[in-house]
Amino acid sequence: MTDLFRRWAGDTQLVLGLAVLTLFGVAMIYSAGVLNDPSPVVQGAWVRQLAWFLIALVGFSAVRTVKPRWLEWVAVPGYVLALVLLAATLVVGTGAGTAAGVQSFLQIGPLRFQPAEVAKIATVLVLARMLGVHETAPASLRELVAPSALVVLPLGLVVLQPDLGSALAFVGILFAVLFWAGTPLWMLALLASPGLGLILTFDTRLWSVYMLVVVGLLYLLRYRLYLVESVAVVLANLAAGTIALPLWSSLADYQRNRILVFLDPSVDPRGAGYQLIQSKVAIGSGGVFGKGFTAGSQKRLDFLPEQHTDFIFSVIGEELGFVGTMLALLAFAFVLRRLVRMAENAPDPFAGLVIFGIFGTWLVHIFVNVGMTVGLVPITGIPLPFVSYGGSFLLMSWIAAAVAITAMEED
Amino acid sequence: MNHDHPHERRRRGRIGDGVILAVLGLLGLAFFRVQVLGSDQWALQAESNRFRPLPVPAPRGTIYDRTGEILAENVPGYEVTVLPAPLDSMRATLDRLRPYLDLSDQRIESLMGTARRYFRQPLLVDSDARFEAVSALEERRPLFPGVFIEMRPKRHYPARGATAHVLGYVGEITGEELEREEYTEYEPRMIVGKEGVERQYESALQGTQGLRNVEVDAVGRIVGSFRGDLDTPAEPGADVTLNLDLALMQWIHRVFPDSMKGAVVALDVDDGGVLALYSSPTFDPNAFVGGIEPGEWRALNGDPAQPLYNRPVLGVYPPASTFKLVTAAIGLELGLVTPEEHMPQRCTGAYRFGNRVYRCWDRAGHGSLDLAGALANSCDVYFYQLGLRIGLQRLLDEAGRLGFRDSCGIDHPSESSGIFPADDSFWERRWGYTPTEGEVLSLAIGQGANSQTPLRVAQLYAAVARGGDAPAPRLLRRAEAPVSWRLDLTPESLEALMDGLAAVMAPGGTGYLSTLEHFQTWGKSGTGQNPLGLDHALFALLAGPPGQRPEIAVVAVVEHGESGSQVAAPVAAKAADYYLRRKHGIATDSIQTLRDHYRVGRPAPWAAR
Repeated sequence: MTDLFRRWAGDTQLVLGLAVLTLFGVAMIYSAGVLNDPSPVVQGAWVRQLAWFLIALVGFSAVRTVKPRWLEWVAVPGYVLALVLLAATLVVGTGAGTAAGVQSFLQIGPLRFQPAEVAKIATVLVLARMLGVHETAPASLRELVAPSALVVLPLGLVVLQPDLGSALAFVGILFAVLFWAGTPLWMLALLASPGLGLILTFDTRLWSVYMLVVVGLLYLLRYRLYLVESVAVVLANLAAGTIALPLWSSLADYQRNRILVFLDPSVDPRGAGYQLIQSKVAIGSGGVFGKGFTAGSQKRLDFLPEQHTDFIFSVIGEELGFVGTMLALLAFAFVLRRLVRMAENAPDPFAGLVIFGIFGTWLVHIFVNVGMTVGLVPITGIPLPFVSYGGSFLLMSWIAAAVAITAMEED
Repeated sequence: MNHDHPHERRRRGRIGDGVILAVLGLLGLAFFRVQVLGSDQWALQAESNRFRPLPVPAPRGTIYDRTGEILAENVPGYEVTVLPAPLDSMRATLDRLRPYLDLSDQRIESLMGTARRYFRQPLLVDSDARFEAVSALEERRPLFPGVFIEMRPKRHYPARGATAHVLGYVGEITGEELEREEYTEYEPRMIVGKEGVERQYESALQGTQGLRNVEVDAVGRIVGSFRGDLDTPAEPGADVTLNLDLALMQWIHRVFPDSMKGAVVALDVDDGGVLALYSSPTFDPNAFVGGIEPGEWRALNGDPAQPLYNRPVLGVYPPASTFKLVTAAIGLELGLVTPEEHMPQRCTGAYRFGNRVYRCWDRAGHGSLDLAGALANSCDVYFYQLGLRIGLQRLLDEAGRLGFRDSCGIDHPSESSGIFPADDSFWERRWGYTPTEGEVLSLAIGQGANSQTPLRVAQLYAAVARGGDAPAPRLLRRAEAPVSWRLDLTPESLEALMDGLAAVMAPGGTGYLSTLEHFQTWGKSGTGQNPLGLDHALFALLAGPPGQRPEIAVVAVVEHGESGSQVAAPVAAKAADYYLRRKHGIATDSIQTLRDHYRVGRPAPWAAR
């Protein structure tokens, strides 16, 4: 029996950790439905989440039956299919629930899912496929162009939906996979520099200093870089600085508000700042030990928005306190650390890269989701893996786990 | 360099561990800051999110009369409220309440309008539900979720119409009132005094409302226990004791001629305290408590008899012959006449001044009279001549000094000022002509450009009875009453004035039939010429125990009553008698005046005197 389980799970530690997180999520979704003015949708959510857990386990088992080699085979067609699906969302996509304004869902019969979730796994696989064949680590910036392009395609489509949260996950995938492929950190830093520069453009002086730092870094690395590469980095940084303003004005009002509010929630305490303030009130008032399971007043009286989906962690903070949030973060740390150990012991480069790609998505999801509840990062509609309510997301997260475990196996 | 070498992988794995530690550690630090270091502040904010203070009304102070009788009190009232709910379920609830609270279709529509506008607040369905309705609802409690019945003190005026005008009434504060400076501390939905004493002593009577915290949700709907915890108990308002005599006011209410309009003022001669302030016709102030029905309000407002009009302090009437006392007092004060002196021209029923003949009310003439005789007979010819001696401008100045152009300064929110010219410009402005000296003839007998409140006339008579000084009339018991003005008269002069007033009540005087068995009376009738209809009847009366100075001054005005002595005098006399009998321990009786005795055939021993 234990053997059977071990064989099915493939990695008992990871699977048990994820199961604990999922069941903990179900419990918190149940609590999120305990409201003073019960909403039928939220009230029954925990039952549906539990049902989806069973479906997710079926999906997990299905993926576990395939051979690791299949993962390599499916990488390219899967990636193409994912791009097609993403493109389809731009035409026939629908919003759903909390993301009603975002065309990120596809409806096929009774099934509704986010192609972005499929694309994440597909992108991980295709990146791993591409980088796994190389014996040596990327040694020049030029070698990063192809993998970056593979990520930019789905990322761009996701941005067009527009789903900035998922876009961040793709960035996470790129850097995690490149890192595991042995890319030197300074190269990753240069790759990241235009993005960082983009963020820093809000303050001209800060941006100017930053540009000097970039140029200085390029000078220090002058023997390792081709001149073209250096010029390209500088140009990319300048371009980022130039497009910052048009990019800013191309953002939807709510997106701009979210960023402004992140910088100062009191700008708009009734509007965009409301979610953040109420989330912080919930978490802060939870104190060390919390108000008790189901007893959070912020949640119960409807002050917490999206309390069963994107802001589930606020409910955890309010009801279980600092102790609860730390235990939840430790559980995530356990799962992430397990992924790192698996990657270390991967039988081949492909497996290690797949696992680290998944590590990257989850880490981004956890950091952005949990961070936004305390105002550490701007609010983006991004769920907490395994804990937030959301059937297809839960399913895809478990499938991702199955992919990681399956990749570890010998043929 | 082979990136898949185990050493390489281990190195990267350690970096991966470091990233996990850094990212989750950063999150952990953020949570430590918010949940451990800042917890108190956030907890406070969660509480203030969650609880909203709701005011608890303070019981209003009781109003007592001088004998300790209750003039205004609080009785338990029941308020029926529906908690905020979606509009369709609100309508369903109101429909279910309909038979119990007699809600009309119109009322339900107006309530729904309120519910739409103030969807976050409890909806007040009935501010004064009947006890039977309340108990019927309580029995069917489970059928009415979200319906709350609260006991709330309700104002009650036991004497109803008898004290309506002087006490005023209470009502919910209006938006316009809230903007006034005196109501800066007030909040919507508070009950405040609207008129009369309730308004005058509002700040004392009000008290301080308490606070009760109720739990609200994110959209501000009350979800927690409606009764909630009482965080700050309400402080009841202060009680107020008045100079009014409730029994006297009820007696006046009883004896005032039915269906007639008018006013009665009774002052305590001793201190200027207001014993009675009565206006007819009257209304039931209890109807205003908790909001008056629109139909009832229209009826009261549209009534040509103006039942809401507070006549003793707002109504201005020509004082007519009651003013002759003022002319006489001014003449004496200025040394222009002595009590014994007779006017050069005897009364033949008319007086020629310039090329005009001024008539005396008695065409037969009064002959030659001294001051007391002139007052007793109300001889116009005597006062024409006295008026001419004073002179127009001097009469205007003196009357102004005695306050005839001002209000008396009673502690009551509304009081009319007297109308009396200050100089020629008055006539020029109003009628476009410059008055001649002949104008003083009309003014000297209380006619012409002279209109005064009944309260003013009462203050004047009380002042003469007191020996000259006139304290401002006071409703509040034991309140300092500043002296408004003073007549500087010798005892002889005062005696002559009192003699004149006494002679009015003597056999042959116009007030004789209104004399009383146990008390001495002084009086003066007046018939105010009314160009719009029947003349107004006035009577100013002073009364006290025999051989002592008067203790009460009463002025009765009966609009269109025609005869001061026949219509107004009995009211004044009966009021004075009732008050004095109770004051001096004599059993009260409804057969009071000489006229009463004659009417029922009871012997009147004093009449033979």
